[in-house]
Amino acid sequence: MAVCPVNCFYKTDEGVVLHDKDVCIGCGYCSYACPFGAPQFPSQGTFGVRGKMDKCTFCAGGPEANGSEAEFEKYGRNRLAEGKLPACAEMCSTKALLAGDGDVVADIFRNRVVKRNKGAEVWGWGTAYGSAQAGQKPQAEGAKK
Amino acid sequence: MIKPTLAFLITTSALVLSACGEKAQTLGTKNDSTAYSGVTNAFIEKGWQAGDKTSWERQLNARAQYGQNDYTRSP
Repeated sequence: MAVCPVNCFYKTDEGVVLHDKDVCIGCGYCSYACPFGAPQFPSQGTFGVRGKMDKCTFCAGGPEANGSEAEFEKYGRNRLAEGKLPACAEMCSTKALLAGDGDVVADIFRNRVVKRNKGAEVWGWGTAYGSAQAGQKPQAEGAKK
Repeated sequence: MIKPTLAFLITTSALVLSACGEKAQTLGTKNDSTAYSGVTNAFIEKGWQAGDKTSWERQLNARAQYGQNDYTRSP
């Protein structure tokens, strides 16, 4: 956000980084600075590959009034303010995408892995969840396959 | 002799103070309303109170479990 010369980025109380398309000048510095490749130039439209930067909003809209037509035109639907989670996560048929608070996402993932009889052998598991198999009882020797 | 000095002082202070009427030209984003304040359109989900942060957080947590955690639906 510090790289933006017009300071169009801001962070909501929930931690979502959003930007103001009315302020953005499309310089593209953020696309070089962001380690996740989040801000992107639109490839279509009046200005071709230039114009305003676009980015995933976590379905949290923009600085316009929540749920307004202006917000929808620029940023898509504000699902968070509607009491829903981002559309990509809710629509994902394989549940590869998870959305929500970090602890909720971690709980869902841990539960999924443990239910599938995996755990400590997963790389980084101890760092994320501790070395005690997330409170699960150790498996019997015969059950391990 | 006093009158020209007084006039000069008044003119000078008027010129100096005129800068105070300048509108701020700082860049920045508009204030975004919080997500828990809800929306006024027809797409709002039922079951939570718009404007209540605790209610909104509970709604999203419940939705995360229902919609994303397969093992709470089919143990």
